Amino acid sequence: MRDAFAKEITALASERADVTLLSGDIGNRMFDRFKLAAPERFFNCGIAEANMMSLAAGMALSGLRPVIYTITPFTTTRCLEQIRVGVAYHQAPVVIVGTGSGLSYAELGPTHHSLEDMAILRTLPGLNVVAPADSRELVAQLREALDAPHPTYMRIGKKGEPVLHADNAGLGIGKANLLRDGSDLLLLGVGPILGEALQAAEAVSASGLSVAVVSLGGVKPLDGAFLAEMVQRFPRWLSLEEHGITGGLGSALLEWLADHHPGRVTLRRLGVPDIFLHELGNQTYTRRQLGLDAEGLSHSISSFHGDRQR
Amino acid sequence: MITTPPAELSLTACNLRRRLVTTSAEAKIPHLGSCLSCVELLVQLYWRELRIDPEAPDDPDRDRFLLSKGHGAPILFQVLGERGFFPLSELANFGKAGSVFHEHPPKPGYIPGVEAATGSLGHGLPMALGMALAARIQQRPSRCYALMSDGECNEGSIWESAMLAATQKVHTLTAIVDFNKWQATGRSQDVMALDPLAQKWEAFGWHAQEIDGHDFGAIERALTAARRETERPSVIVAHTVKGKGVSFMEDDNNWHYRTPNPEELAAALSELELV
Repeated sequence: MRDAFAKEITALASERADVTLLSGDIGNRMFDRFKLAAPERFFNCGIAEANMMSLAAGMALSGLRPVIYTITPFTTTRCLEQIRVGVAYHQAPVVIVGTGSGLSYAELGPTHHSLEDMAILRTLPGLNVVAPADSRELVAQLREALDAPHPTYMRIGKKGEPVLHADNAGLGIGKANLLRDGSDLLLLGVGPILGEALQAAEAVSASGLSVAVVSLGGVKPLDGAFLAEMVQRFPRWLSLEEHGITGGLGSALLEWLADHHPGRVTLRRLGVPDIFLHELGNQTYTRRQLGLDAEGLSHSISSFHGDRQR
Repeated sequence: MITTPPAELSLTACNLRRRLVTTSAEAKIPHLGSCLSCVELLVQLYWRELRIDPEAPDDPDRDRFLLSKGHGAPILFQVLGERGFFPLSELANFGKAGSVFHEHPPKPGYIPGVEAATGSLGHGLPMALGMALAARIQQRPSRCYALMSDGECNEGSIWESAMLAATQKVHTLTAIVDFNKWQATGRSQDVMALDPLAQKWEAFGWHAQEIDGHDFGAIERALTAARRETERPSVIVAHTVKGKGVSFMEDDNNWHYRTPNPEELAAALSELELV
């Protein structure tokens, strides 16, 4: 995903004179082409995220469209107040990109995990919070964010994630897309972990369980029209996010259901439990340990379906 | 820019102080000491330095002034009203429920002339840096100014910003420190080792000047020297007196939070008539 981001932001820099790219001293060689295309609009802001965020707000208030890129915890919780005051309160149209989100950098330890970012940032008025499932969704959302009159936070993965969307149709911010249709259960997720969900849906189909898998594209705004339709079709939902179980997608869906369709849907949240992770391995290992890989998700899906039958 | 002789600037400063202490007393608005210490700096900026037009407050080529020490909003509002950004009569709502005129500047769009919401310290300078870089990219003539407090220099973001501004050679950025030697609960030098403040900025790659922040001539010379810089960002460390202009408020940090009672207001106004 980060390669798709680098390619797209470079294309955007050539297309429009108002796009600037601010890096927090990461992305070695990643932005060489951007620097060739628009050297005066690339800024390595150093390991100084508070300044970078406020600086971006200042640029945006002067009519530019700054895009900030660094590792997720450093561009979110590290400089939360600068996001809240400089970006969100001012409605400065900054695009904040957190790379290596969720458990992408699992082996680097809790300092580099981002399991709270969506929960925290979706509380800020006027800030969209998106989490593309693949490079196609990323490109569509990035382009839309740069045309929006308000700021956007985008959490992305690292590299090598599979492409999950069949084409670009219908992709964007606040737009849900069906990745696989089904009839027994609905699984709604965000981010590249939906690749594991699709494998799990395929696995459980062998035992006759039909699961629909949806990429919601983010947690704010939610696609209310789509969700309303799903309420009619499915009484049982699963939410899936590579993020803490508190406050993220699952919580956002529970809030939406409570506000709009109380008592209609049973929802189970799948995500990282409310702990810091210390026994480390790579993303594949950690997903497996937490039951968030295809196999673990298959068990959760089957178990949730079984609960209904008891 | 309008040309006003220094004697008139002094009169303007005196009038602003009179209205400031009156408003503080009537609306119970604190930070009086912090406002009084930067009156001459603001008057020199708004009447002599900034290329701004109250009739065209959104002109993209305008200079930007950010009150990074947002708790100085009560004096900024008086300055903007006096300078014609809005009718002075609007300040009658200062501190009233539902008014936009309260203790800190709101985001742009609510009070003409306000460039950024500040109040949480350490935001204004980096935002001004972003605006200065934007002007460079957009090839606009705008210069950017940020007025900070000495206490604000406790914030790490100020020094993050200082390093990047020097790296980027943003010579169109001028920072001013209203160095009144106090912060909320103590002498600034006792709370954090600020001294030697000007040398710190210099070590961070800035063109640093130290002046008497109540001397219009000194402020003008320093701003002119800053404008002539072609490589480095500039900082003016302005030595000031907290509570300046009212003898019983000067260098008394109680006036960070206190507001004058009717007797104190009368005494303050009688002193301010003598100027």
